Amino acid sequence: MKLSQIKEIIEAEVLCGEDKLDREVSKACGCDLMSEVLRLVEEDMILMTGLTNIHVLKTAEMANIQYLIFVWDKIPDERFIEEADELDMVVMKTPLSLYECCGRLYKEGLGEIK
Amino acid sequence: MTNIYEMEYNVDNRDFVVAGDVSRIIKRTLQRIGVDPKIIRRIAIASYEAEMNIAIHSQGGKISAKIDSDKVVVCTQDYGPGIEDIALAMTEGWSTASAEIREMGFGAGMGLPNMKKCSDVFEIESIVPQGTKIKMTFWL
Repeated sequence: MKLSQIKEIIEAEVLCGEDKLDREVSKACGCDLMSEVLRLVEEDMILMTGLTNIHVLKTAEMANIQYLIFVWDKIPDERFIEEADELDMVVMKTPLSLYECCGRLYKEGLGEIK
Repeated sequence: MTNIYEMEYNVDNRDFVVAGDVSRIIKRTLQRIGVDPKIIRRIAIASYEAEMNIAIHSQGGKISAKIDSDKVVVCTQDYGPGIEDIALAMTEGWSTASAEIREMGFGAGMGLPNMKKCSDVFEIESIVPQGTKIKMTFWL
């Protein structure tokens, strides 16, 4: 699924990486516990979370996760966005809850992480 | 084997703004050297978990990485309080982290098991109240 489709499905706003929305992604995970995220084997995935602290970015960098979506319209601070941009990431925010965000994308065929 | 690169940094207790930055340095160094990205990912994750553990649970400590042509060794040593029951601490889901730490997204009780899973050789020793030493070896 293209990131641009994902943006439409979850009514998201792009915070950085607008020029990379033609990229394809096939898997996603919704999680607020970074150690659980670090446990996942997949790299090519979207992380949906309600946490906005700098450790979400550090976790994503360590686990080679390039795409982040913040739920409940949460916005991380400017430093977060600047660093994410430098790391070639795409960051979006959606007004949806984590449950609904995951549910809509799963229904449209975005796969889960094993 | 030839030692390509060696580094050591202090990790402060409860300084969560910079916690994790040493692991970023280690990861970026490995990328510069041209190590296989799949191995880099395992090293970065294990190192990050270990670094966060020092910041979260200990009185501070240090983390080092030694890069040879055939392996990478990441070691941590902290200044206490040590782990009373290592087998229990290695159980997934078991954690002593506070609510504050959990709000940051840590304290899921996955750190030590995750380090073991990511590394090829995982060694841990702990003395109460002196501290904990971890050595993780990754074959290249």
